[in-house]
Amino acid sequence: MENNAFYVALSLLLNLDASLFQIVALSLQVSLLAVLIAALLGFPLGAAVAIWHFPGRGGMIVVLNALMGLPPVVAGLMVYLLLSRAGPLGEWGLLFTPGAMILAQVVLVLPILAALSRQKVEELLGEYREQFVSLGMSSSRMMPTLLWDARFALLTVLLAGFGRASAEVGAVMMVGGNIEGVTRVMTTSIVLETGKGNLPLALGLGIVLLTLVMLINAGAYLVGELIRRRVG
Amino acid sequence: MTSFHVPRLASFILSPPPELCFDDVTFNHEDKVLLGPCSFTLKGTGPTLVMGPNGAGKSLLLRLSHSLLLPTQGQITWSGELCPRQAMVFQQPVLLRRSAVANLIHALAVNNVPRRKRVKLAHDALERFGLIACCNTPARVLSGGEQQRLALARAWLLLPQILFLDEPTSALDPAAIKAVEAAVREFHQRGTRIVMTTHDLHQAKRLAGDILFLSGGKVREHTPAEVFFDKPVSREAQAFIAGELVE
Repeated sequence: MENNAFYVALSLLLNLDASLFQIVALSLQVSLLAVLIAALLGFPLGAAVAIWHFPGRGGMIVVLNALMGLPPVVAGLMVYLLLSRAGPLGEWGLLFTPGAMILAQVVLVLPILAALSRQKVEELLGEYREQFVSLGMSSSRMMPTLLWDARFALLTVLLAGFGRASAEVGAVMMVGGNIEGVTRVMTTSIVLETGKGNLPLALGLGIVLLTLVMLINAGAYLVGELIRRRVG
Repeated sequence: MTSFHVPRLASFILSPPPELCFDDVTFNHEDKVLLGPCSFTLKGTGPTLVMGPNGAGKSLLLRLSHSLLLPTQGQITWSGELCPRQAMVFQQPVLLRRSAVANLIHALAVNNVPRRKRVKLAHDALERFGLIACCNTPARVLSGGEQQRLALARAWLLLPQILFLDEPTSALDPAAIKAVEAAVREFHQRGTRIVMTTHDLHQAKRLAGDILFLSGGKVREHTPAEVFFDKPVSREAQAFIAGELVE
């Protein structure tokens, strides 16, 4: 019975295991903050690329699209080099802290949010452009209107970004270091427990992670649907 | 007067718009001439109805006048120095994914109307165009006629000296057409110069002051409505009025 993953997952949850709780909290904290920061930067960036036509725009779109597939370990390596003692931001002393993990996940998620929001905003702009020009709106005035009117599509984009952040292990492992009580998150614990041969615990953690991601997605879907029904 | 007319806003007359002058204007797309060369001047109070068969270039002419497109050749000028305040209502109204009232408030915000005045002005316009009951309804779930009236209410708030309407009633039922035409008359009474395309002869008879008749990308005739319907000058217009299939 103790070797059953579901049993382990359930008992982890029912016993309100303090260290599990801390791991879950840190996982959520890191990924949600990373997605929030990436959204604040990525949505305006995506909208800007959709609205303005500047030299090198095509190249930028290709790069953003390509970076959606950036391997987490590469993002981790880049942030590692940036934050290591000898690196340009070494003085900040961020390496092996949750801050470094957030930074690495921002690097991972930002291209996804920017590339997908660029596409959504561009579609909307195609529909709205004549009306906007008729209203005498400047390009910079169009941005908030477009971002707000694309809000339902952007919610889905946000969830895609969150999925990426909460699922990856390479980046947080490299810059966080999986230090117990400091930078250990769900995905790194799963890797660790699997390595130790403690498969039921690893699987149990996996089930908890999956459940959490499912709950967050369901919540976002419900909120989106409720607002959509009210606003149309 | 129509049922939805509620005279609440103080009536006032807008200053008359300057004359719109097309000087040898052509518009090409990929080396194909779609419009022109055409020269004409829109004077007087209108309303001007732009008529002609599909593909004659009516919508193009409106978009060029409204500076949504630039002519390939020739010049479009307004007498006097400044471009007048203008608005346009499209065949398919373009409405934001928000409530009816939020659509109006957005247009006011874009035009730098002070925040405290926006809600009041938006509600007045909704009431004027018979939409007060749909104030908080999402604009996109309104019926076709209501959407078009909302687009007109939005244009109303911009106090345009000249209003372009591109086949605003082509997808509407008779009741909705009646409401839109009444709204157009209200704009006209407020002093807004109307320039509207249609291919409905009866509608043109009901509304027109003068007719600009296009076919094959050229202006065939620009005459007062009485003249156009009684004794059209051009062969194309004669055929169009006689109900022949003009290309």
